[in-house]
Amino acid sequence: MGEFKVHRVRFFNYVPSGIRCVAYNNQSNRLAVSRTDGTVEVYNLSANYFQEKFFPGHESRATEALCWAEGQRLFSAGLNGEIMEYDLQALNIKYAVDVFGGPIWSMAVSPSGSQLLVSKQLLVGCEDGSVKLFQITPDKIQFERNFDRQKSRILSLSWHPSGTHIAAGSIDYISVFDVKSGSAIHKMIVDRQHMGVSKRKCIVWGVAFLSDGTVISVDSAGKVQFWDSATGTLVKSHLIANADVQSIAVAEQEDSFVVGTAEGTVFHFQLVPVTSNSSEKQWVRTKPFQHHTHDVRTVAHSPTALISGGTDTHLVIRPLMEKVEVKNYDAALRKITFPHRRLISCSKKRQLLLFQFAHHLELWRLGSTVATGKNGDTLPLSKNADHLLHLKTKGPENIICSCISPCGSWIAYSTVSRFFLYRLNYEHDNISLKRVSKMPPFLRCALQILFSEDSTKLFVASNQGALHIVQLSGGSFKHLHAFQPQSGTVEAMCLLAVSSDGNWLAASGTSAGVHVYNVKQLKVFEYSIPDKQYTDWSRTVQKQGFHHLWLQRDTPITHISFHPKRPMHILLHDAYMFCIIDKSLPLPNDKTLLYNPFPPTNESDVVRRRTAHAFKISKIYKPLLFMDLLDERTLVAVERPLDDIIAQLPPPIKKKKFGT
Amino acid sequence: MAALEEEFTLSSVVLSAGPEGLLGVEQSDKTDQFLVTDSGRTVILYKVSDQKPLGSWSVKQGQIITCPAVCNFQTREYIVVHDNKVLRIWNNEDVNLDKVFKATLSAEVYRILSVQGTEPLVLFKEGAVRGLEALLADPQQKIETVISDEEVIKWTKFFIVFRHPVLIFITEKHGNYFAYVQMFNSRILTKYTLLLGQDENSVIESFTASVDRKFISLMSLSSDGCIYETLIPIRPTDPEKNQTLVRSLLLKAVVSGNTRNGVALTALDQDHIAVLGSPQAASKECLSVWNIKFQTLQTSKELPQGTSGQLWYYGENLFMLHGKSLTVIPYKCEVSSLAGALGKLKHGQDPGTHVMPRFVNWETPQGCGLGFQNSEQSRRILRRRKIEVSLQPEVPPSKQLLSTIMEDSEKHIEVEVRKFLALKQTPDFHTVIGDTVTGLLERCKAEPSFYPRNCLVQLIQTHVLSYSLCPDLMEIALIKKDVQLLQLCLQQFPDIPESVTCACLKIFLSIGDDSLQETDVSMESVFDYSNSVHDEKMEEQTEILQNGFSPEEDKCSNCDQELNKKPQDETKESTSCPVVPKRAALLNAILHSAYSETFLLPHLKDIPAQHITLFLKYLYFLYLKCSENATMTLPGINPPTLNQIMDWICLLLDANFTVVVMMPEAKRLLINLYKLVKSQISVYSELNKIEVSFRELQKLNQEKNNRGLYSIEVLELF
Repeated sequence: MGEFKVHRVRFFNYVPSGIRCVAYNNQSNRLAVSRTDGTVEVYNLSANYFQEKFFPGHESRATEALCWAEGQRLFSAGLNGEIMEYDLQALNIKYAVDVFGGPIWSMAVSPSGSQLLVSKQLLVGCEDGSVKLFQITPDKIQFERNFDRQKSRILSLSWHPSGTHIAAGSIDYISVFDVKSGSAIHKMIVDRQHMGVSKRKCIVWGVAFLSDGTVISVDSAGKVQFWDSATGTLVKSHLIANADVQSIAVAEQEDSFVVGTAEGTVFHFQLVPVTSNSSEKQWVRTKPFQHHTHDVRTVAHSPTALISGGTDTHLVIRPLMEKVEVKNYDAALRKITFPHRRLISCSKKRQLLLFQFAHHLELWRLGSTVATGKNGDTLPLSKNADHLLHLKTKGPENIICSCISPCGSWIAYSTVSRFFLYRLNYEHDNISLKRVSKMPPFLRCALQILFSEDSTKLFVASNQGALHIVQLSGGSFKHLHAFQPQSGTVEAMCLLAVSSDGNWLAASGTSAGVHVYNVKQLKVFEYSIPDKQYTDWSRTVQKQGFHHLWLQRDTPITHISFHPKRPMHILLHDAYMFCIIDKSLPLPNDKTLLYNPFPPTNESDVVRRRTAHAFKISKIYKPLLFMDLLDERTLVAVERPLDDIIAQLPPPIKKKKFGT
Repeated sequence: MAALEEEFTLSSVVLSAGPEGLLGVEQSDKTDQFLVTDSGRTVILYKVSDQKPLGSWSVKQGQIITCPAVCNFQTREYIVVHDNKVLRIWNNEDVNLDKVFKATLSAEVYRILSVQGTEPLVLFKEGAVRGLEALLADPQQKIETVISDEEVIKWTKFFIVFRHPVLIFITEKHGNYFAYVQMFNSRILTKYTLLLGQDENSVIESFTASVDRKFISLMSLSSDGCIYETLIPIRPTDPEKNQTLVRSLLLKAVVSGNTRNGVALTALDQDHIAVLGSPQAASKECLSVWNIKFQTLQTSKELPQGTSGQLWYYGENLFMLHGKSLTVIPYKCEVSSLAGALGKLKHGQDPGTHVMPRFVNWETPQGCGLGFQNSEQSRRILRRRKIEVSLQPEVPPSKQLLSTIMEDSEKHIEVEVRKFLALKQTPDFHTVIGDTVTGLLERCKAEPSFYPRNCLVQLIQTHVLSYSLCPDLMEIALIKKDVQLLQLCLQQFPDIPESVTCACLKIFLSIGDDSLQETDVSMESVFDYSNSVHDEKMEEQTEILQNGFSPEEDKCSNCDQELNKKPQDETKESTSCPVVPKRAALLNAILHSAYSETFLLPHLKDIPAQHITLFLKYLYFLYLKCSENATMTLPGINPPTLNQIMDWICLLLDANFTVVVMMPEAKRLLINLYKLVKSQISVYSELNKIEVSFRELQKLNQEKNNRGLYSIEVLELF
């Protein structure tokens, strides 16, 4: 396969923001995750936990609650006092409704099992102590009424599965409301005592209402408490942490629940019989999991797994072994830290890297070396990497996507409301930046930006499903064409790829169909994946099947590129490895070694040739965010070590390692 | 409840079914393969689960099959008769029916009958019956005439009753029906006249029969649409006399009386029958399942394309000709009961109906263990199983073993058990071992002198027993004070309750040294402690006791002084093992056993104080041994771990502290333990102090690996 010079880049100072809420959708097996910067991501748990949708964040929006309603509708509420609904087709925010109750701390959708309610209802708990009920109409939400105003903010809400009552956690007490009358029927005072010391306040971070009338609360004193909602009395109390217990999620069958603490521990509680074959059951704390270093702000309970997320930015999916039937990689613990979308683009000609952050872009020039070496050597640098540019956005909106042209003279990026195009001029070591003004009105929001290989065309996928082609020449641009989406669909295009001669453009939408456009003749050819003509090679792959270890990989491939000079080579990578597939070599069978990190030294050429197979894998660089070929013999790899991220997070709660 | 499942069509080709429909559908030697004979020239072998034909055979043009093909289950060959007299026998490999074995008989064949477990029978149109083997020996032999002139065979069926083949056939002559029952082995032929009762003019359309212990229950569907039942005794009271049988009405107006098409019925099990026909004169044809016990319609299915009025039932499939194609409807039926109808499962079974095996064999869940327990199980399956069982003539070795246990001497049992264990492990190995142990223990209880120790040891060593399987085993061993067996149980059983563990502990502590000498206890877990050099111990020990803790800080200095005054040899005592090695081995077995604190503590309180002190001394000794080496483990194979030792020390002290603290001889021990805990605490506090330094070291280590923010490296891919 040969030698590569690898630019190993670790100066991409990217810190994902902490996870605030997760919401699991049982119907579609999808998981919505909101982060502290307001970003909302949707993961498809069936498709190898791929992050398939993404809504950019906003400085003023801090999401405090996230929930699914009516199967496919996603709502969020936050400290700006608004409820928002997301359009999962067009990938934008459908609308935002101010609830006029100050910051919203909690939200809950009426349970699906309730027969009493004609349509779905949405409850929000506000800063001013009000609980507001909204009716979910097919295209919007409508305010219905207020419940009895409480003294302090409502931090948590939970519906009784029958939809007749709700429990609301506040500061120092839990209220139980009757939904019909809207009045509080019980007020359950939470003990402030913590380890014998009276703390100032006890915040009820989470409540869960079970169908037998039990209310489970978790609070800042480290307690998990069981209340009888009929009498308003405390039934049982578990002290599980020295710090706050911040989140709770109950399984649909109500036989197990999960809580997350500020110490980074997740505890699993299960309803188990008191003695074997007795019908009397009690809640028992069964399993602690320590997968987080920081606060576990949110948890979810899917039928087969515990999902948790928090300040340390990891999304952890811990399958419950007793619920997993087959022992395969689905039963393995998943830790998702990095976004699956592209944050880095690269100009091959000028050896530039463009890094995308939430509110700024950074442009770096790679260094160079004249030395050569053998495998594993670190070469002395004749020129170090330079930070050329720091481009800050205006306004509170996060950057959705960015791209640098292959020639290095254009930078484009987009936020939700504006599209920016810059022209770069290089004069020796000086760079000048000029914004291309007067963008046409249709270029307002882009979900994906791409330049053609010769940098003369710019392709923009807008969130209305249209694809725009813009001709770039000199310092100006000209709108060439717009491919309109098929009538009736508003499906957003989230992936773009262009052929190297610039004639063909491929786009993929949220429903996994691939559209191929001919740019020259401005015709649309559409193929959906099942009807597409596969190449001979992929037919062989289909026939022979992949190596079993390859199929067992559990991280989605995040980037694919082709060798410019050698059409037989495909480069692809995920967060833990990269791989070059040489289509001319035979496919590996299950007996051959898939990953061979060491050079075959003592084997003859014949053996070497016989054992050579198409998959060339390297696991040296991880976690790998980006990898591409700069030229025939040069690769660039962008790593982001987890330790560097942890170093930038606030310190975790200190725990004693030894003794008591 | 009975239920008809989704139907499916078998034939991909249209069968050349005449107006009379098919000639027959018969079972083959494989469970879901069936032989279908059409009324023309073809026999097709179908695999029902695959819904496809496996083979097809035809006779020559001009010949016609007159009797449906059957399978000879003993030779796995197929037999068919064409042109009334020509018998053909072939197997799966044969392609052409013309080239296969052929025998021309001297009389016309009505039907060949074949069931599992016996040779096929040939029923001639004149009513004579021959076994196939006897017939093939001399095909041209003379066939006698049994039935009178103008008497025509209408229907026949072949049963196995108590391992004896029984053939029944019905004949008709001028509207009168006769039933012939032939006991094949005794060659007794009994003729009965069927009296039709009040409705003399009706014509019987279809017959079916099921067999009970004493009676063949013959059900007939008459042209008036009612089903009648006739009970025919299997063993005739007087075979010579012509007897009459009365039929009784079973179900009224099941099908419409005057149907154009044929009707058919077949018995599904003792309580259910399937009836094919139109329920009302004008309506479409239906397949309905009736419960004859409660006379209720269970389920029905409309067959709009019409049928040939033929119905076969094998295994769990109903076969019929629907329209032009052969249709299969899978049928499931559980025993219906009132409790079941009310939505409650039947709990338990009537005692004495059948013996329920004590041990469930989980490896073969479809086997007898679960099958009998499941009250929902279809009785039909049970019946089939009964037949299968009755077909196995020899007694399995496990049965022999069980009978040996009940009667024979200890020596003999031992030999038998060894023999059985030497056999290959059968699927029901667990069950048999469990039954054997239970049998042995029952006998132990009955005869106090009987104690087959070696047998029990062997059985325990099979690794398949557990406490819950045979709780009596340890109980008896405790009574007999058989420490060797107890040790084995402790090592092998995963589920010993804490009370029993504690009872074992009591015996291990109280049994005399001399009686221990005689026993043959496994010494695996005990290291020969006496070998280690005692002289160096003293210094080492003090060092370990300090554990980084300076003696000046010791608040218990007066205790120390007191200790120092004690003669040297007493101190030495704590460093030599306080118990004999055999007792140590037994106690180690206790230490290894699993327990739950809450359940163990109350039982520990019952142990006498001096035994507690002895055990504590031993545990303390083990702890000292542990701390002698850096890994904090004991030498030897499978020794107790430090955690086990510490947990047991805590448990014993928790349970008996008030008693132990009052005992003067335990004082020294308690002081030692106190010092030990104290030193532990100080070690941990020291560790806490240097935790920060550790972290810094770790950080330094990380920095060494960190290669900076940017580098260019060379990578070669292979």
